[in-house]
Parts: sequence; structure tokens; C-alpha cells
Amino acid sequence: MRAALRKPPSKAGDRVFLGLSTASAWVILLILAGVLVFLLVKAAPAIAANWADSSQLQDRTAGNTAGWNSFWPYVGPLLFGTVWSSLIALVMGTPVAIGIALFISHYSPRPLAGVLGYLVDLLAAVPSIVFGLWGVFVMRDFLKPFSTFLNSYLGWIPLFGGDLSVGGATILAGAVVLAVMILPIITAISREIFLQTPSLNEEAALALGATKWEMIRMAVLPYARSGIVSATLLGLGRALGETMAIAIIVSPKLIYSFQLLTDNNPGTIAANIALQFSGSNELQRDALIGTGLMLFLVSFAVNFAARWIISQTAPGGRRRRRKARTA
Amino acid sequence: MSKRIEATDLNVYYGDFLAVEGVNIEIEPRTVTAFIGPSGCGKSTFLRTLNRMHEVIPGARVTGEVLLDGDNLYAPGVDPVLVRRQVGMVFQRPNPFPTMSIRDNVLAGVKLNGGRMSKSDQDDLVERSLRGANLWNEVKDRLDRPGSSLSGGQQQRLCIARAVAVQPDVILMDEPCSALDPISTLAIEDLIEELKKEYTIVIVTHNMQQATRVSDKTAFFNIAGTGKPGHLIEYDDTSVIFSNPKVKATEDYVSGRFG
Repeated sequence: MRAALRKPPSKAGDRVFLGLSTASAWVILLILAGVLVFLLVKAAPAIAANWADSSQLQDRTAGNTAGWNSFWPYVGPLLFGTVWSSLIALVMGTPVAIGIALFISHYSPRPLAGVLGYLVDLLAAVPSIVFGLWGVFVMRDFLKPFSTFLNSYLGWIPLFGGDLSVGGATILAGAVVLAVMILPIITAISREIFLQTPSLNEEAALALGATKWEMIRMAVLPYARSGIVSATLLGLGRALGETMAIAIIVSPKLIYSFQLLTDNNPGTIAANIALQFSGSNELQRDALIGTGLMLFLVSFAVNFAARWIISQTAPGGRRRRRKARTA
Repeated sequence: MSKRIEATDLNVYYGDFLAVEGVNIEIEPRTVTAFIGPSGCGKSTFLRTLNRMHEVIPGARVTGEVLLDGDNLYAPGVDPVLVRRQVGMVFQRPNPFPTMSIRDNVLAGVKLNGGRMSKSDQDDLVERSLRGANLWNEVKDRLDRPGSSLSGGQQQRLCIARAVAVQPDVILMDEPCSALDPISTLAIEDLIEELKKEYTIVIVTHNMQQATRVSDKTAFFNIAGTGKPGHLIEYDDTSVIFSNPKVKATEDYVSGRFG
């Protein structure tokens, strides 16, 4: 046998590296499974408990579980508040995010595009408590004139009706801050997909005499449609789990309400856990963990849907953007 | 409609790089003119200056003039969007809009810039354009299918129908058959013969047999070396270029001695 075909002297390095990377991959699954098991085990007593007869759950000096006769009516308003505030944030944030992404990918000069992209990524690095404080001290006051206007002139629309908040601790203020927090992820993903639009499609539109906006409508947006949907869903996933924006800007209550401008606002699951955890007794904490389980399931479903849409119509499977030009 | 093209002292730059230098050419209406030459010689770049499509690349600009029946395409205040409505283009690869039906692809150009048409006018235009592109009989029963469901050659004829539908004066073709099989190529070449009756046609091709088959006049472009600008070396009747060229470089190229 020739020397070149013999086994190389040592493959220990390969084996160690293979072992390490495989183990790292399994750790992710273990952590995820561990979190789910923790949530299930801890939440089970509170979900199964007879709330009406439980002295711990009906303790009015601690927590906020008193007055509810089972877990489901307790978690209901919180789930509603979580989804509602996230949807408002999406409605406000998505168009702006797509606008920024289109500006970066198709309108701005290249150096500016680089700087803007970097700034948007920086936005993602701002701690959420900082956004929360900004919301409390700046956004609340900033929104007051708009809220007053909407409430007095458009108050007949249920969304803007009700008793106007004096302090500005409205779900609108919370959702505006949430919208800012989900901007970076929606912008980053949309921008990538806009940049991948085949230049052949763009040139086809331009050669027919399309203006820039017409070219974007004919070539870029149809190509990026599924990407925009999944970027939005990922943004929704992030908004669902945000804690601080709602916890410190809004004064949440366990209610269902669609009114944007009042002091009576539904809370979100994450905010409710953060606000109630330290003052709760043991079974109440289990109930909070139960609400956390619900949030875990909703977030998981939303992220799963987003990934599924991406995998169904991923632009990666199509032709990549070609910049080459032959003479 | 068909218009005469006249380029004078045209230089094309990408940033500071001079890509094509000093092109002077006159192209008569209702003729087919072929641009030939080795890769990188600037023939596609020059073609794109005839409808200002080179401006899609950041930093690209020209000096000199291109006149379309006497109107300078580069005069101040001329909108490239309007230039491209008069000078249509067909690309190397068929590029129908993937999410649009065959019918919507044909109508894409006329719906731009706020254009409106009645349903029956649209139907007429779709049929006329597809017949003009020799595609009507193959697709008339499936106009609502996506354009991407067609074969490559059919897609390219759909792109020609799309370009014809906006009734341009000139049609530019940038190696329109380079991604097609010989049968589809023949169909496009037959189509070019037809289109010549109504349009001024300029075609870039790497296939010299194709140039001899379809064109009335041929322009040979060449570069002295990498990094040097491309030049128009010789422009004459196609028969002269291929049988009795005046310049040695042209003869070397068409006889296959280089390039």
C-alpha cells in the first residue's frame, strides 16, 4: 500500500472537535426541553388547583390572583393584552421598518446605506429597560397632544374613546416603544431580501419605462412578499416577549379593553410576571409560571410559523442577486 | 414607428474608468444592426447607453450625444424613464415577471405611469403583441398561467411581446439567444426579420453566424487590452464586414483568428 493511502497518523483532533460541536448542538435541545419541562412541572399545581377554595390564591394581600375562580379566566386578559399590544406595535412598526429597509436597499447612496444599516443594528443592541425609561420620560409626554386630539375629535371610534389618561400611561405609549424595539429585526430581514431581488427582474421593469417606485412595486415587492411576512412574524415574536416597555410605561390591569388612550389597559404576560413575582406567594408564583408557559407556547407557534413561511418560499432557493455584467 | 439613431463622440465611464471611447455611429430606421466583438469590448455597455440603462449601475455616465431622430437623449431635463419607453430592451436571459401571468406580463409596460385601458383594448393589445412575437398560438389558451411556466424560448418571446406592447421606436437586444437552444434561437431570429418592418433593431451577439443571418449592418468593437477602453473599430454592411473588411483586426476576428 502506498504511503499516501494509509491512515493519517493522528485523528484525535478531528474526533475532539466533532465531539465538542455535536455536544454543543445537543445542549440547545436539552435547554429547550428543560425549560419546557420546568414550565410544565411548576405550572401544573396552579393550573390544576381549585382556585375558588385555595387560600393562597385568594390571598388579597399578595399577588393579583384573588377573585378568579380558575387559571383560564386569569390568564385570558393577559394573553389578550400580550397579543393586542404586539399587534398595535406591528401595525405601527412594520410599515416604517419596510420603508427603512427599502431606503437602505434601493434609494440611499451606498455609504449612507452602510451607516444606516449599522445604526439599525445598534438599535437592536439598546437594552429594553433603556427603551422603557425613554418611554416613561419622553414618549408619554410626547404622545399627549396626539392623544388629546384623537380622543376629542375621533373619540366616537371605540379605539380612541374612553376617559383620556392624564399621565399618559396608555397602551399606545407602550406599543409605540414596542414598535421601536421590533424595528431592527424587521428592517434587517426585509433589507436582506430586497437586496436579493434578481437584478434581471429590476432591469426588466426599468427597461419598460418604470419609475423607481414602479420598479419596486413590479419587481422587488412581489419577490420579497413572503420574506416580509416572515420578518413581520419574527417581529411579532419579539414583541410578544418584551417585558419592560409595558411593565413600566403602562399601568396594566387584568381586563379586556381595546381603548388605546385610557388609564385602564390590559397587561401582558411578561410584564405581569415581572411586576407580580416578588410580591406573590408560592402557588401564585406557580400561576405566574403557568402564564409564562402560555407565552412560551404562543411565541413558539409564531416563530415556527415564520420559519415555516421562510422555508416554503425562501429566496435562497431562487437565483441570487447577480451583479456580473458582460460586455 | 421607427427612428434613426445617431451617436457622436460617445464616451462611457464607470466612475473614473473609461469603458468605451469615442463611438460615432448612425443606425437607420427599419434595419437590424449587429454589434460583435470579444467579451469586455464595450458592445453591451454601448448598447445600454442607447436607452440609458447603463445608469442603473451607480457611477456610470456618458459624454457626447445620442440622437433619436434628432432629439438628444442626454440633453438636460430628459427623463430616462421616457427614453426607455421609446427604446425597449430584451436581455440575455429571459426575464418575465415571475409572479405575473402571461397576460399581465404583456400589459406590464402599458399599465405603468398611470396608464389605463379598457378591458377590450387590453385584450386586443395582448393578442396583437403576442402575435407580433410569434407566441400567440402557443399561449392563447393559457394567458392566465404564470409567465415562468413557459419554456426558455417562449419566455424570451414573451419578453419581446412585452417590449413591443409599449410601442417603442427602437428595440435593443442584448445577446437575446445566448441562453436558448438552436430551435428557440431560430424562432427569435425569424421574429427579428418580422420586427424589422416596424422597428429599428440593434442586437448584440457573440454568434457571428447569427449576425450574418439577421443583420443588415454590423459594427465590430474591440479593446486594445484589459483596462483599456473599448472602441468601435469598423461599421459597414454585414456582407462587407464578413467578406471584405477594411481593418485587419476585423478580419482576424470574423475569420476566427482571435477573440
